[in-house]
Amino acid sequence: MSRFEIGDRVRVARAFPPGHVRTPVFVRGLTGTVVRYFGHFRNPSELAYGMTGLPELSLYQVAFDMDDVWSGDGAYAAGDTVTADIYENWLEPAEDKKNAA
Amino acid sequence: MPHDAGSHDHDHDHTKTFQPDIKEPTEDWEFLEIALRELLIEKDVISAREIADTIEAWDQKTPENGAAIVAKAWADPDFKARLLADGNAVAAELGYKIEGTKLVVVENTSDLHHMVVCTLCSCYPRPILGIPPLWYKSRAYRSRAVREPRAILAEFGTDVADGTEVRVLDSTADIRYLVLPRRPEGTDGMSEAELAGLVTRDAMIGTATAKMPDGSRA
Repeated sequence: MSRFEIGDRVRVARAFPPGHVRTPVFVRGLTGTVVRYFGHFRNPSELAYGMTGLPELSLYQVAFDMDDVWSGDGAYAAGDTVTADIYENWLEPAEDKKNAA
Repeated sequence: MPHDAGSHDHDHDHTKTFQPDIKEPTEDWEFLEIALRELLIEKDVISAREIADTIEAWDQKTPENGAAIVAKAWADPDFKARLLADGNAVAAELGYKIEGTKLVVVENTSDLHHMVVCTLCSCYPRPILGIPPLWYKSRAYRSRAVREPRAILAEFGTDVADGTEVRVLDSTADIRYLVLPRRPEGTDGMSEAELAGLVTRDAMIGTATAKMPDGSRA
């Protein structure tokens, strides 16, 4: 059971909690496209501190246009993308329905 | 040639004759590791031999494992389809047990070139590629790969056409990525073992392409 479908636009929370967080800072607050659903995994932010990490969280591969991340300040070509693997508790549906997968 | 100090003019310094040895531990985490290891051994939780065996076992895992998987995928379309669908199950069939993480194999094509990084640490498909190269763990690669992938590819001497999408995979969580490089031209008659010889570690990270039969890169 997963909350998002392939192709859905999702926004990564712009949050900066302490601890063993696996969401890279450079995509926080950005909107990307779900390109793959990996299944569910125990929450690493909890596992790192000896907790159970349960309930398990859905994990998605989310693709971002390089331009949305770096606004031209990088060495990439138009259409290049970067993906990150993000747990569902960091994602919310985005209004923007652009199909960038 | 032995000689007596003081019996001749020196233009060299004896204290600098030797190459420096491996650095002595200086950092807190190094002392912590030594203390913990010694304690575990002293309390019979784990033996020195078990630790050495584990280190040796990891050192013996090499990119040749990954190359064998890639060559089989090139040679056998059904195997490739299954590999792309379930990396762990198919790797296990070949004897590569991957536990605790999910192996995802991504295929490079003329339209799409994947390149893997772990910006947060050093996530890497170790059971099939071995210990990652030092550069993979460097801050420079980790910070630049997601921002300047085309510059990094150029520094590796890897030519990816402008019209080909470069997709950088940041393996931030439970996924370990293996890049299935494009099969080079002119390899139709080659055996799986010969094909495996064309598949290098960097080609499976995505900072390179596979080798051509003549040793050059595709």
